[in-house]
Amino acid sequence: MKTGRWVIAASAADLLFLYLPIAILIVFSFNASKLSARWQGFSLQWYAQLFTNQALLAATENSLIIAVVSTVLAGLLGVLTAVALERQPFRGQTAFEGFLLLPIVMPEIMMGVAMLLFFVMIKLPLSLVTMTIAHTVFNFPVVALIVRARLHKLDPRLEEAARDLGATPWVAFRRVTLPLLMPGIVGALLMAFTLSLDDFIISFFTAGVGSTTLPIKVYGMLKTAVTPEVNALSAILVLVSMALVAAATWVQRK
Amino acid sequence: MNTKKSFPWLIVPPAATLIFLFGVPLLLVLAVSFASRGTYGGIEWVGTLTNYTSIADLLYLRIFWRSVWLAVVTTAICLVMGFPMAYAIARAPKRRQGILLLLVIIPFWTNFLVRTYAWMFILRTEGLLNTVLMSLGLIHEPLNILFTDWAVLIGLVYGYLPFMVLPLYAALERLDPSLIEAAWDLYAKPVQVFTRVVLPLSKPGVIAGCVLVFIPSLGAYITPDLLGGARTMMIGNLIQHQYLVVRDWPFGSALSFVLMAGVLAAVLYYLRAGGARSLT
Repeated sequence: MKTGRWVIAASAADLLFLYLPIAILIVFSFNASKLSARWQGFSLQWYAQLFTNQALLAATENSLIIAVVSTVLAGLLGVLTAVALERQPFRGQTAFEGFLLLPIVMPEIMMGVAMLLFFVMIKLPLSLVTMTIAHTVFNFPVVALIVRARLHKLDPRLEEAARDLGATPWVAFRRVTLPLLMPGIVGALLMAFTLSLDDFIISFFTAGVGSTTLPIKVYGMLKTAVTPEVNALSAILVLVSMALVAAATWVQRK
Repeated sequence: MNTKKSFPWLIVPPAATLIFLFGVPLLLVLAVSFASRGTYGGIEWVGTLTNYTSIADLLYLRIFWRSVWLAVVTTAICLVMGFPMAYAIARAPKRRQGILLLLVIIPFWTNFLVRTYAWMFILRTEGLLNTVLMSLGLIHEPLNILFTDWAVLIGLVYGYLPFMVLPLYAALERLDPSLIEAAWDLYAKPVQVFTRVVLPLSKPGVIAGCVLVFIPSLGAYITPDLLGGARTMMIGNLIQHQYLVVRDWPFGSALSFVLMAGVLAAVLYYLRAGGARSLT
């Protein structure tokens, strides 16, 4: 049974459609021209300018702080969720599972609106703290989903064998299940980190004065004037998330 | 099964987080949608339905209609574009499937804002597409694609195509190839093989893919904001406008809940059609 030639051609066209715009953006970030649509020689000047832009460096710092803290929190909550769902059935689990999917499936704008309203109502000033909370909330269901899929494939008898040999539940989990689960956890954390780093809409709604992140900065640049620096910054962001996702997939293969 | 029930409290922290930091905010949006806007943009807690009734204004109905229409067309295009690709990946040698899937997944996890900007760069009046077409002499006047519904459509399809391919692949991968061979052996024409065998057997994937593309398209914000003009507002832009510009939070909340109703309808349809395993 051979796959038809036009099926292959259509797939190739799809891949081209998915990658060409990104490739164009990266290539033109090295363009010397200020008007940026015509190729006028190779240059690194836009990258050099990025590194002298203080506001951009501050935004990078904010992005990294939020990404690291929210990834750690989402990791803890996500692993707890995965283990509970897979190994500790509880009443109302099906309803909880549906509810858990909602932050992933719901349009981001709704989540942004809900978070903004919530923080204003409880009078928590919009800042890095509110953004980190919001990122943790949208990220931990993702971690839970990935880790649970991994846990589902593990043979529960391995942990049972440890218990039969006298290990306490905690020791059995820590010495047997956790190491086997590790590739899934690391992959999930990398995904969560990427999602946090890339998030714009929810950050936009929960950001306060001085807590601008990289995507918010990029958005501001796009809305005012498109300069070649945006291309350079975009190229960096794209390559960083691609590298993270590739790493996440690679880790989970083992 | 002596490991069961040894940590019954495990679910407590995640459940508390989800209820207090996600459930409560959503309920707040619902509550505020029945309030009214105070003189200085605050919220006055009077139970009223005016926020919902004022949506029935031609201006807003048009925006809703455009959003639904754009989401439907986006879903249809993604289905047509995604099917051959999902099929080709599912029929590729096992070793190559991993790499091909990774190629589909990578854009899906790549910065959405930047990917949308790439199309701004290409479609602008003085952008790459016009520059190339004009220097080839194919056109003499630059094409005005950016800030139209066409640009929004391109951006939406570009953004959400992977959401279609992944569940389709999951369904097609499970399809037994001998069934297709049987159809060929019985002298089915290619179209018949597709409509009578492949398509019915991949229906769960088709439904999952369509729902997963439809929902974010309906609630899109970045794409119409960057690629569409002032005339191509979608629900997402309207909500953002009411919240951050007009500061009419009660009305913005009512709009959010109408959007939510659309999303829930799609999710329920998806669950009833029986598939929740194709997400990862």
